[in-house]
Amino acid sequence: MATNVYMEALSPTMEEGRVVKWHKKDGDPVKTGETLAEIETDKAVMDLVARADGVLRQVAAPEGQTIPVGSVVAVIAAPGEAAGETPTSAAQTKPSGSGKRDTGNVATAPAPVAVATPPAVAPADATRVKASPLARRMAKEAGVDLKLVTGSGPGGRVVKKDVERAPNQAAPAAAAAPAAPLSPVSRVPLPERTGTAYEDVPLTQIRKTIAKRLVTSLGPIPHFFLTTEVDMERAAEAREALNKQLGDQGEGKVSFNDLIIKATALALARHRACNAWFQEDHIRYWNEVHIGMAVAVEDGLITPVIRHADRKSLTEIGREARELADKARNRRLQPNEYTGATFSISNLGMFDIDQFTAVINPPEAGIIAIGSIVQKAVVVDGHLAPGRRMRITMSCDHRVIDGATGAAFLRTLKQMLENPLAMLL
Amino acid sequence: MPTLTYRDALNQALREEMQRDPNVLLMGEEVGVYQGAYKVSRGLLEEFGSMRVVDTPIAELGFAGIGVGAAMGGLRPVIEFMTWNFAVLALDQIVNSAAKILYESGGQIPVPIVFRGPNGAALQLAAQHSQAWESWVSHIPGLKVVAPATPADAKGLLKSAIRDNNPVIVLEGEMLYNVKGEVPEGEHVVPIGRADIKRAGRDVTLICHSKTVTVALKAAEQLAEHEGASAEVLDLRSLRPLDEEAIVGSVTRTNRAVVVEEGWPQAGIGAQVVDVIQREAFDHLDAPVLRVTQADVPMPYNRQLERLAKPSPERVVAAARRVLYLD
Amino acid sequence: MATATAQTTGKPPQRELERRMLRQMLLIRRFEEKAAEAYALGKIGGFCHLYIGQEAVAVGSLAALRDDDYVISSYREHGQALARGMPATAIMAELFGKATGCSKGKGGSMHLFDAAKRFMGGHGIVGGHIPLAAGLGFAIRYRGEDGLCICYFGEAAVNIGAFHETLNMASVYKLPVIFCCENNRYGMGTAFERVAAVTDVVEHACSYDMAAELVNGMDVLAVYEATRRAADRARKTGGGHPTLLEVRTYRFMGHSMSDPLHGVYRTKEEVEEQRKRDPIAQLAGKLKDEGALSDAGLDALDAEVRAEVEEAVRFADQSPDPEPAELTAHVLAD
Repeated sequence: MATNVYMEALSPTMEEGRVVKWHKKDGDPVKTGETLAEIETDKAVMDLVARADGVLRQVAAPEGQTIPVGSVVAVIAAPGEAAGETPTSAAQTKPSGSGKRDTGNVATAPAPVAVATPPAVAPADATRVKASPLARRMAKEAGVDLKLVTGSGPGGRVVKKDVERAPNQAAPAAAAAPAAPLSPVSRVPLPERTGTAYEDVPLTQIRKTIAKRLVTSLGPIPHFFLTTEVDMERAAEAREALNKQLGDQGEGKVSFNDLIIKATALALARHRACNAWFQEDHIRYWNEVHIGMAVAVEDGLITPVIRHADRKSLTEIGREARELADKARNRRLQPNEYTGATFSISNLGMFDIDQFTAVINPPEAGIIAIGSIVQKAVVVDGHLAPGRRMRITMSCDHRVIDGATGAAFLRTLKQMLENPLAMLL
Repeated sequence: MPTLTYRDALNQALREEMQRDPNVLLMGEEVGVYQGAYKVSRGLLEEFGSMRVVDTPIAELGFAGIGVGAAMGGLRPVIEFMTWNFAVLALDQIVNSAAKILYESGGQIPVPIVFRGPNGAALQLAAQHSQAWESWVSHIPGLKVVAPATPADAKGLLKSAIRDNNPVIVLEGEMLYNVKGEVPEGEHVVPIGRADIKRAGRDVTLICHSKTVTVALKAAEQLAEHEGASAEVLDLRSLRPLDEEAIVGSVTRTNRAVVVEEGWPQAGIGAQVVDVIQREAFDHLDAPVLRVTQADVPMPYNRQLERLAKPSPERVVAAARRVLYLD
Repeated sequence: MATATAQTTGKPPQRELERRMLRQMLLIRRFEEKAAEAYALGKIGGFCHLYIGQEAVAVGSLAALRDDDYVISSYREHGQALARGMPATAIMAELFGKATGCSKGKGGSMHLFDAAKRFMGGHGIVGGHIPLAAGLGFAIRYRGEDGLCICYFGEAAVNIGAFHETLNMASVYKLPVIFCCENNRYGMGTAFERVAAVTDVVEHACSYDMAAELVNGMDVLAVYEATRRAADRARKTGGGHPTLLEVRTYRFMGHSMSDPLHGVYRTKEEVEEQRKRDPIAQLAGKLKDEGALSDAGLDALDAEVRAEVEEAVRFADQSPDPEPAELTAHVLAD
C-alpha cells in the first residue's frame, strides 16, 4: 500500500510551503521519520519527514516551487510496488475533512492539518508553475524561467509584476544556486553578479513575514540601530600623509568625509546585503554602489549622490563631494544628481555631535550616521593613552537587513577606517 | 447640444424615424391614447394617427406576431412591450418567427422589426417584474440586441435598430428613463455592434451595459479615490453582435477585467464576455476575470434584500480589488 | 416583392375552373404519394406531413384568390404550395434538402417559401403563424390596398392562445384575413372532441364578432364558393373584414410519415369509410356524370401529372446540396 506525501502544515499559520531541497530523490528508499525535503514555511525552514517506509516515487514538486498545504508532493510506494498502484497521482489535493484516510495512513498520518482544499477531481500537475497567461507570455519573451520566480498572486500565482521584477534567466534565483557567503555571518544568499546594474530577488516566505510584521510594529520602515566606535588614528595619519603629497602636487585635499565615503563604498561592495532597496514585494540588491551624502541646506537636507563611489579614487570622491555640496547649497542640483543612491551617509561630525541616529532614505535599506572625531583617553595594551575616536551609528531597515548582517558590514567598515591600507585590498 | 432624458431621446428617435420613413409604425399596449406606459411615445398618436401608433390589447404573443407579419409584408414595426417580463409571452414570435424566417426561407423574406421596452429591475417590483432578459434574447441567432445606457446612445441605437433589416431587440430601463444627458440633434445614429469606452483607464477593465454602466462608473471613481487604481469602463452597448474587438483591445491594455450585468450568473452575458476574453486575450491576462451579477435568486420585494441582490459599485470594487490582487 | 398580376376577380368559366382544380388535386395526390416513397427511400428527412385527403381545401380556396394575395400555412403545406402555383420541382427539391429547393434546402418540408408567389411559408409551431397572417393583413390595410391574406391551420391550433389573440385583434383592426381552419378531426393522434370544449370551430367566431362559415372540405366547389364570399368580405373598401372558415376534411394518411395511418386513435374502418368521400373521385365523378370527362381523359390527365411529379423527383435527385457557405448565409439580412 502506497502512502501519499502531503505538504504538511509545519507552522500553525502556514498555508503553503516552498520546497527548498529534496534530500531524497525518486527511487530512493526511505524510512519512517527520515527527512525527505526541506520546506520553507512562513517562519522557518523545516524538515518534511517520511510517514512510511518504502520507496519515494512521483516527486511532483520541484525545488523552488511553492505548494499549498494539503497537496500531494510525492508518494512513498511499498518496496516493489509499481507507481501505478499508488493511491492517488502525485500533486493531487488531499480530500478535506480527512476523517476517511485509508488505514495504511492512519498510524503514520501527519498531524491533522487545517486544509480547506476541495476534493480532488482530476490529478493536477504539481510540476506546473502557476502563472497568469500574461506572466507566461512575458516570461517567455524575456527569457525568464518561471520556476525561479516566486509568485505574489493567490496561491503563489506568478503574475505580471513578478516577472517584471524577476532576475533575468541568466541569473539563477537565490534558491536555485546558493552563493558563497560574502561574510561569515551574512546568511543572505544572494544571486551571482551579472553584467546588469542589479539583481532583483523575490521576497522569500520568511522575508515576507518579517516585512509585514515589522512594518506593523514600528511604522513604515522598521528601523534598528547599530553603533560602533572607530579608532581614527591611522586614518588621520594616512590623511596627513596623503594631503602632504597632494599639497605638493597642488591638488585638493582629502577630508575625513572622503575617506569615510570611500571606505563605506568599499565595505558595501563586500556586503551587498546592505546595499539594497526594499521594493514592497522584493528586494533589489545593487551591484553598483552609489553613496548618498546628506548635505544640510538652508531649508532642510538633500542627499547628492556620488556614483560608483567604490570605483573612484579619494581625490575624485573629494572633488565630486565638494562640487555637489556647493551645488546643493546653491540649489543647482539636477534630479539625477540627488536620486538613485543605494546607501547614504549623514555626517554631523563638524557639528560636534558624538553620536546620533539617522533616518533611512527609502527605498534604501541603510544609512550611517557619523559623529565627531574626538580625542579621548583610550586603553591601549592595558595602558591609558590619548586617542582619536569616531562613532558610527548605522540605521537598518529590518525588512532587508538583520542585526548580524548589519554588524558584519559595520565591522568591515571599521576595519577599513582603522587600517586604511585595507582599502587597497 | 441639448440635454434630454433617456425617455425623450427615445421619443425623438421614434418621431424622427416615423417622419423619415412612412413604413415605420409603433404598436403596443398604451402607446397611443395613454401616451405610453412610460411616456416614451408621448405625442406620437397626435402626430402620426392611429394607423401608425397602434394601441393593442394585452396580448403580447398576438401583437408581437402581428408585428412580425407586418414586417414580412414590408412594414417596419416597432413593437413596445410594457416590460420585457411580459415579452416572455411573446417569445415564440420573437424566437420562432422573427429570428428564423429569413433563414428558413433561404434569404427570401427579411423581418425588419424592433422589439423594445424596459428590461431588468426597477424598485421593489418583486420577482415577476424585475428580470433582465438579455442573455435569453442574445442567445438567438437571427436577432440583434442592443442595451443603451445613455440618452445619446438610446437615440442613436434606436434609430439604427429601426433602420436595420433584421429583428432588433432594444433593452431599455425604467430606472434609465429619467437619466439626463446631451443628445445630438437630428441625424445621430450609433452603429449596432460597437462598444464604447465610457471612462478610460489602465489597470482593470469594467465591462458593462445598460444600467450597470452607472454602477461601473461609480466603482471606477471609488477605485481611483481609495485604491489609486485606474479602471476603464467599457459599455458594450450591443450584446449581439458583441464588439469582441473592443473587449479584447481593452483587456489587452489592462490585463484584468470584471464583467458587470443585471442578469443572473448562469449562462449570462458576462459568461459570454469571459469566453471572448479567454479565447482572444488569453496571453494578456494577469488574473482570472470576475463577474458581478444579480444574486442567483428571484428578486425579493423587501428594499434591503433587493439592494443586496443587485450589482452595486461596492461589489464591483470588491471584484476589481481581487483581480488587482489588492486583497 | 414581385408585382403580382391581378387576375380577373370575375368568375372563370365553370368547366375550365373545374378541370383546373381536378388537375391540381391530382397533382397534389401524386406528388404526396411520391414524397411518401422518397421518404421511405431516405431521400426526404425529418418530419414530412402529407396532405392526401385534404386536397380540396387548398385547391378550392386558392382558386378563389388572386396572385397578389398572401398565403401562409402550417407545416402541412405541400398542397397549398402546389395549388399556389409553386413549381413541383422546387418543392420536391426542398423536401430533398437541395440547393434548388424553394427555400434553398434550408427550410425543408415544413418551411416552404416563395416570396414572388407571396407564399409566406410553412411554419412549424402549431398556431404560431396565425398572428403572422394578421400582420400581413395589417400591412395590406396600412397601405390601403385591397389584397388579403389566407391562413391555413388545423383544428388543433384552435386551442392555442395565439389563435384567440389573433382573431380578436383581426376583428378589432378589421384586417383582410381569411382564417381557414382545416378540421381533419385529429391533432396528431388526439380526436378534437377529446380536447375541445367547443367542437364546432365556427362557434369561436362569435366571441370575436367575426363572420364565419362551415364548409364541406371534401367538396372542392363548396370550398371555392365559401372562399369567394370570404374574399369579397375582406376586400371591401374602407376596411375589410376577416372571416373564419371551418373546412371539414379528412387526412387519409398518418399525422406525419413517422406516424401510423390508423390504430389507437382511429379505426381502419373509419379511414375506409372516409376514403369513399375522396374529393378527387367526387369531382371526377361529377365531371364524368356531366359528360365533361371520359375515363380516357382522366387517365391522360393522371399520366400528365405523374410525369410532372416524376420530373420533380428527377430534378430534386440531380440537384446539388447547398454549398457549405450556405450554412452561415441568411442568418441576418444586409
